Amino acid sequence: MSEPILTVRDLRVYFELRGDGWLSSPRVLRAVDGVSFDLGQSETLGIVGESGCGKSTLARAVLGLVPVTSGEVHFGGKDLAHLDARQMREQRRHLQIIFQDPLASLDPRMTVGQIIAEPLRSFFPRMTADERQSKVLDIMGHVGLVPEQINRYPHEFSGGQAQRIGIARALILRPEVVVCDEPVSALDVSIKAQIVNLLVDLQAGFGLSLLFIAHDLASVRHVSRRVMVLYLGKIMELAPWDEIYSAPRHPYTQALIQAIPPADPRRARSNRPKPLGGEIPSPVTPPSGCVFRTRCPYAIERCSLETPVLRQIGASLVACHLAEQIQALPKPANPSEGQINPL
Amino acid sequence: MSAPPLLEVRDLTVSFSTREGVVHAVTEMNLDLTPGETLAIVGESGSGKSQMLLSLLGLTAGNAHITGTALFKGEDLLGATAHRLNQIRGAQIGFVFQDPMTSLNPYLTVGLQLTEPLTLHRRIDRAAAASQAVEMLRAVHITEPEQRMQQYPHELSGGMRQRVAIAMGLICRPEILIADEPTTALDVTVQAEVLALLREIRQQFGTAVILVTHDLGVIAELADRVNVMYAGRIVETGTVDDIFYRCRHPYTEALKRSIPQLTEVRPERLEAIVGSPPNALHLPPGCAFAPRCPYRLECCDKSVPPLVDIGGGHRKACFYEGPLKSDVEQTA
Repeated sequence: MSEPILTVRDLRVYFELRGDGWLSSPRVLRAVDGVSFDLGQSETLGIVGESGCGKSTLARAVLGLVPVTSGEVHFGGKDLAHLDARQMREQRRHLQIIFQDPLASLDPRMTVGQIIAEPLRSFFPRMTADERQSKVLDIMGHVGLVPEQINRYPHEFSGGQAQRIGIARALILRPEVVVCDEPVSALDVSIKAQIVNLLVDLQAGFGLSLLFIAHDLASVRHVSRRVMVLYLGKIMELAPWDEIYSAPRHPYTQALIQAIPPADPRRARSNRPKPLGGEIPSPVTPPSGCVFRTRCPYAIERCSLETPVLRQIGASLVACHLAEQIQALPKPANPSEGQINPL
Repeated sequence: MSAPPLLEVRDLTVSFSTREGVVHAVTEMNLDLTPGETLAIVGESGSGKSQMLLSLLGLTAGNAHITGTALFKGEDLLGATAHRLNQIRGAQIGFVFQDPMTSLNPYLTVGLQLTEPLTLHRRIDRAAAASQAVEMLRAVHITEPEQRMQQYPHELSGGMRQRVAIAMGLICRPEILIADEPTTALDVTVQAEVLALLREIRQQFGTAVILVTHDLGVIAELADRVNVMYAGRIVETGTVDDIFYRCRHPYTEALKRSIPQLTEVRPERLEAIVGSPPNALHLPPGCAFAPRCPYRLECCDKSVPPLVDIGGGHRKACFYEGPLKSDVEQTA
């Protein structure tokens, strides 16, 4: 991989909560707890995890939308985590975000043209109206909107079309890094694929580097070069897209994959391993040692004493003391066994 | 289908008069549910699946216009009085909704909410109701059920809340459980547990389930039969294997092909369905899927294809008789 465009080192985002009583010390919620990764030029890095794993907070911290407790975010020779508001604003045009709920993220009183042009107005106040208009129309074409829609209002659009507006707004400044925070989760099944394909095309066309966040591993894996699995604010595994499914090394990754019901009744009827029990612990009082150990079928004493560090195994990075031994075990059920592709 | 149907819906049509015109939510829908079976209804938002369920239970908005019949053990639910529906709802037909936080009352303890249907419908005393409630909590694998009875919904995790909601739906041992997107709001590992629970419960109590979802994985996991809905109509119906391995409707096929699969290989692009679902205010005169359909024929724009049997209860509403993409690939 060439020089990464974005380098995140030991990023922590802690939130202070009120204590139980007014004299008790405040409790700390560790939303992101020591995350490091590189985002390559024109790479799509997927981030998956269940609710509360810190994936959205991580993305927002990278963009400076939530205060960083400690750590570094290197972009364009600067550490974004330690810029003042004015300097950060200057960097924002290179880093944009696409939100989950397309209609909620668009101002209902602005026309499509105004919404898409707003970043231009704010970063290039001296740009002429004509130039702005032509840039807006150009980007609308790229995202599959037609020029006649420029004077319409968000409520006149379906979810999929509204998401195209959100994408156009994010791309009009030609940013280098775009965070997609659950960009298709709120969309109808028949529309999801359209937007996923659009993002893939735009990524290639503009050479964008994407952080693609979703709770749905299948979508994430479809668009990403590498996939990061988060649990309680920590990276459990970071692996190339093909390995994450064919050779998941972390027990949590394995459990996530097994939990996804296959769209295949014959496989559903065959005996599959029991789902992972228990619940995600509170990020206020995470377990000692490995945060996953309370639900891990392989946990041993060492897991409660010693926090596993993220280490390289093959092409993957894994945070598990037992990764090698678990890999060597016979798989409880081969996911591809007896598979009849229904498609 | 040897057993007589528990629920027999005929020509159900639900429409709403609005200022902009008439919204056709459900059109001429037929549905049969036999005891103990799980019938899945799959469709996108706006396909009419929720309005269909609400109309059966007398829960539609005031401006709804409903025609047709819905015989539940021979009794027409659509003509039933409010009093009669109150006797049926919660007792003989139970529900589980998508979001347990909104379907549970935050001001009442789990115990009170679980015992209320029993004291109301079964007229048994509090102590007996409480012991049945504890037993039901145990059946849905809630640990320390006696303590949970005293707790409020906010004290429980999301997965546990949905278990409580399922226990509530089942507490009167209904013959039908209606589950509207029961796992959509849950995390995938929690979803897996709830799916396993629903399977187990179905076996244990023999409850028939109407499962509404847009998730084909959930359907493959639970359903015996599947109804595919598009723009208020059933476009294909059959056994779960008919729908997954021998589907005949272009919409069903397109839906299946558009989802990314977790398999060893991945395609360059997803096979997206072009366009958007139609507006229920302005449905096209012919097949509602025609504008998005790759197999569209001339007649598709003119008249609505009827739902016809193509063998063994497998029905489709489509004029196109040629091979679908999936058939060609399977033989290749």
